[in-house]
Amino acid sequence: MLIPCPVCGPRDIREFTYKGHASYLDRPAEDAAPEAWNEHLHLRDNPAGPTRDLWYHGGGCTAWLVVERNTATHVIAGARLTREVRDAG
Amino acid sequence: MRYSGWQVLAQGITGNRGWRPAWRGPAPKPAYDIVIIGGGGHGLSTAYYLAKEHGLSNIAVLEKGYLGGGNVGRNTTIVRANYFLEGNSQFYSHSLKLWEGLEADLNYNVMHSQRGLINLFHSDGQRDAFVRRGNMMINQGDDAILLDREGCRELLPYLDYEQTRFPIYGGLLHPRGGTARHDAVAWGYARGADRRGVDLIQNCEVTGIDIEGGRVTGVQTSRGAIRAKKVAIVVAGRSSQVAAMAGMRLPIESHVLQAFVTEGLKPVIDHVISYGMGHFYISQSDKGGLVFGGDLDFYASYAARGNLPMVEHVAEAGMTLMPMIGKARMLRSWGGIMDMSPDGSPIIDKTDTEGLYLNCGWCYGGFKAVPASGHTFAHLIATDRPHDAASRFRLDRFATGRGLMDEEGTGSQHNLH
Repeated sequence: MLIPCPVCGPRDIREFTYKGHASYLDRPAEDAAPEAWNEHLHLRDNPAGPTRDLWYHGGGCTAWLVVERNTATHVIAGARLTREVRDAG
Repeated sequence: MRYSGWQVLAQGITGNRGWRPAWRGPAPKPAYDIVIIGGGGHGLSTAYYLAKEHGLSNIAVLEKGYLGGGNVGRNTTIVRANYFLEGNSQFYSHSLKLWEGLEADLNYNVMHSQRGLINLFHSDGQRDAFVRRGNMMINQGDDAILLDREGCRELLPYLDYEQTRFPIYGGLLHPRGGTARHDAVAWGYARGADRRGVDLIQNCEVTGIDIEGGRVTGVQTSRGAIRAKKVAIVVAGRSSQVAAMAGMRLPIESHVLQAFVTEGLKPVIDHVISYGMGHFYISQSDKGGLVFGGDLDFYASYAARGNLPMVEHVAEAGMTLMPMIGKARMLRSWGGIMDMSPDGSPIIDKTDTEGLYLNCGWCYGGFKAVPASGHTFAHLIATDRPHDAASRFRLDRFATGRGLMDEEGTGSQHNLH
């Protein structure tokens, strides 16, 4: 798989570390109810198809990326910097 | 038809014309007492033990493909009871005991071979950890023998003892560990369940779960609606999709795990061996192929195939440990869909919907669990009480934080196991 890093261009998957679903960006408040933290840490949609997940480009520019990807086909549609995704809301 | 040596002889001298299909192919009835979604190893063994241990037979197993066509038919076939944590330890011990009586019980040759499993260690710290694990296994009533370097050399003379980066300090031998013929396990349970009246329905995909007033009433399938008093979900990597039909979100991520087989070779590897410094484990099938695997690819996937970096990593680890396999040609690889739970341990529990039961989260270790998973799940479905050996596999342990079973000690979080 090649991930199109917005900084470095298309790079081999070996350069990246996988974190998990992009829902990790929606971190509950520290004083949120335990249910919210369980939801955040454990429960997953786990889609068979299009998904958005977080990858760390440790072997390159060290940016965190949100990668749009299909879990059923491994086709990668695109990648954006986590910061830009967050700023865009 | 009962299988026996006499039967083989009698069929042999009459042209093998008397063999009959090992199970029927019934059309689904409009209603059952129990519907099991998933005709893999765990679903089939659940049906078998519901019939055998609890005298129930108005049961259907619904399989969207063919019986045993998923992970149970494509894995590294390892059977062992070398778990450390309370909860896991007793469960896998229970499973190994069922394995040991399985062929006589099923009247089916599953080629269970207790050839011994050796986990190698490569540092003082790893040795200490394995001594502790071995003591836990012995306390559980199972067997473990600590081998030093020379002990390993005697059993496994072909390993590379000269390399200095990851020297072989010794290994933990689990003599009752070994392998089994994976397809035969599915077929044996299927035949056993069918003989006790269970309907095994293939090419029947569940598309919906019917719930009325908090109680399950049946399922919608590609072959029509089927009413049921109880419904059990046993679908491994597809757990999230099927549970979503009942409005549930599960603590499961589906990942891809690859396994590999070489061309058939003469007998060379007598045991199951795992490498302690790279994720690599290997055995030799009775057909002669070297069967080996490694780590997850480590990203969510349903593609049923992996990528080359992990192929390379597994091959490198294998070559580091036993350079002799370098000339063997890899024939096949396969990527299975693993239902990964946050703490790496499974779930066998009721759900919030009355009459709906869940069995999932086997991560990459479901094969050895097939007998006990079915046995304890059947107990739960039939009696509504968890079996003692599986009472810790609770669905709510992630929400409460109580009873987490993090065998690897890496933390109860996705993507760490």
